[in-house]
Amino acid sequence: MSAAVLRVRDLTVSVGRGTRRHVAVRDVGFEVPAGGSLGVVGESGSGKSLTLRALMALLPAGVHAERGVVELAGEHLPFTGPGARRARRGRLAMVFQDPLSGLDPVQTVGAQVAEVPRRVLGKSLSVSRRRAVELLRLVGMPDPERRLHVFPHQLSGGMRQRALIAMALASEPKVLLCDEPTTALDVTVQAQVLELLDDVRRRLGVAIVFVSHDLAVVRQVCDRLAVMYTGRLVETGPAGDLLDHPAHPYTLGLLEAVVDLDDVDHRPRTIPGMLPDLAHVPTGCPFHPRCRFASEDCAGEVPPLRHLEGGESTRATACKYPERVVKR
Amino acid sequence: MTAALGQDGPPFVRDGAPLVLAPLRRQRSVLVHRALRSPALIIGCAITLGLVLVAVLAPLISPYPPDHQDLYNILSRFSSKHLLGTDELGRDELSRLIWAARTDLQVGVLAVIFPFCFGTVIGTLAGYRGGWLDTVVMRAVDVLIAFPFYVLVIGLIFVVGTGTTGIYVAFAVVDWVVYARAVRSTTLVVRESDYVAAARTGGLPDWRILWRHVLPNTVTQAVVYLTNDVVLVIVAVVTLGYLGLGVQPPAPDWGTMISEGQEFLTTYWALATLPGVAVLVTGLGLSMLGDGLADVLRPR
Repeated sequence: MSAAVLRVRDLTVSVGRGTRRHVAVRDVGFEVPAGGSLGVVGESGSGKSLTLRALMALLPAGVHAERGVVELAGEHLPFTGPGARRARRGRLAMVFQDPLSGLDPVQTVGAQVAEVPRRVLGKSLSVSRRRAVELLRLVGMPDPERRLHVFPHQLSGGMRQRALIAMALASEPKVLLCDEPTTALDVTVQAQVLELLDDVRRRLGVAIVFVSHDLAVVRQVCDRLAVMYTGRLVETGPAGDLLDHPAHPYTLGLLEAVVDLDDVDHRPRTIPGMLPDLAHVPTGCPFHPRCRFASEDCAGEVPPLRHLEGGESTRATACKYPERVVKR
Repeated sequence: MTAALGQDGPPFVRDGAPLVLAPLRRQRSVLVHRALRSPALIIGCAITLGLVLVAVLAPLISPYPPDHQDLYNILSRFSSKHLLGTDELGRDELSRLIWAARTDLQVGVLAVIFPFCFGTVIGTLAGYRGGWLDTVVMRAVDVLIAFPFYVLVIGLIFVVGTGTTGIYVAFAVVDWVVYARAVRSTTLVVRESDYVAAARTGGLPDWRILWRHVLPNTVTQAVVYLTNDVVLVIVAVVTLGYLGLGVQPPAPDWGTMISEGQEFLTTYWALATLPGVAVLVTGLGLSMLGDGLADVLRPR
């Protein structure tokens, strides 16, 4: 793989200010090579969506990126200010979770897909329209010429998601950020959209950052995985290796909680306890109260993300005792 | 990347099953179907259309000019010469009613145009921008809403002067707040929507997002209110005319007609009652049209 196109270091995002300040994402760092794909997994509230929104400079009011460096193709991206949007324009695009709310209900699909070529890239009307047809065809929209004149509510969920992806690709981005793009879709359509994303990546060389809580999905799409818990990265590594041999008890817990359709007798195991809220993250390893391998010293200090000894050098875990993590 | 997009590769759908699509034309006709099944809308439409026709065609259909005096037939009853009789100055009641429809509809509609446009724009801006603009606009709205509507309008008319100019200015000052408030609250929702976020990430400038993605989604709110507001404003114009503050005589106006006719209520009821009925029918027609429209346009 070529050099990293997207590089994130020490990204810290907090909610509120002063005494009400809570850190939602802490010291997150990762790299995505050009044309590569990174999956970010974790439960709801683990900070994965906020990470993505911080990259996109779309943090909601009251939430701000405190610290951290985001580099796109070697260039530093500011989080706020007028320069934030300009620096991302045409290089970073986002595919939203809900395909219906991601499309403007009162504009035709064609108008929305052609808008960025026409208004941002300054193409002529006919060129933009042709481009919209190309993009819709690229994302597998049947009969794209006719689809230009259709409104979002006239499309099925899968078709809407395709239109959204076409819209995101219209700005010719280097990196596509996908915020659970298949969660709102049923399983067959989900598979089609995943294949589409994979195709887009291979054909156009667009790197993909894929946020999801669905392990099966990320395994299918991503080269590398980053597992998040309470706003921290707890494990990173190549997707297959990481899912086959988890080195953090949280990753193992997620895997054990998956229902195995081939083995009806297998009972999925839940992770005991609840995700702590931001104000009460436990001291030490944030996962230790829920961890069945924990010993007393796990509560001491926060274990840093460190490379696995012995195994592949590309893997890292924030568990003090990765050797204890074995499937039962 | 553009080159890669240019080639016409096979479509990326792999399941291969051809998609069967409902004819697109059919979906548009859903609205028409709904409209035809709403009696309120049909009746409202008929009444409004009738009124507008009467107002527009007034010079052609009224039997006499509105200020024509037939001094041999003062306060005459219904007759073939004066279908609805004459008033105390011998003016044909039917002609006056017709011309008054023209005046009152015109003033009513013109009076809401500015509040509608200004309120919608300022509400959208305040909601989208937030910050000091939002604070200033919303405090102004609070202040204007705190006053009783008629007190404020009458006060303003005293300042500006009676007549149509007074009405236009008074409504311009008072009536925009309702639009601003309704549109602002919708804008707050739309602003946080994913499609606005998507437009931002696409790199579109703010004015473009406002114009293409925010305004078209918030303006429906204002339009629905507009149909109700026209009723309120027309009734207000008539009320002001009745109080002598609105359209000034000799221009025909239902309000003035009622106030002049009520002197003769015990001897000749029709003079005050007929313009009252006209106002009632107008209000009813426009209200039904508004309700019907809101019903048909409401997303399901």
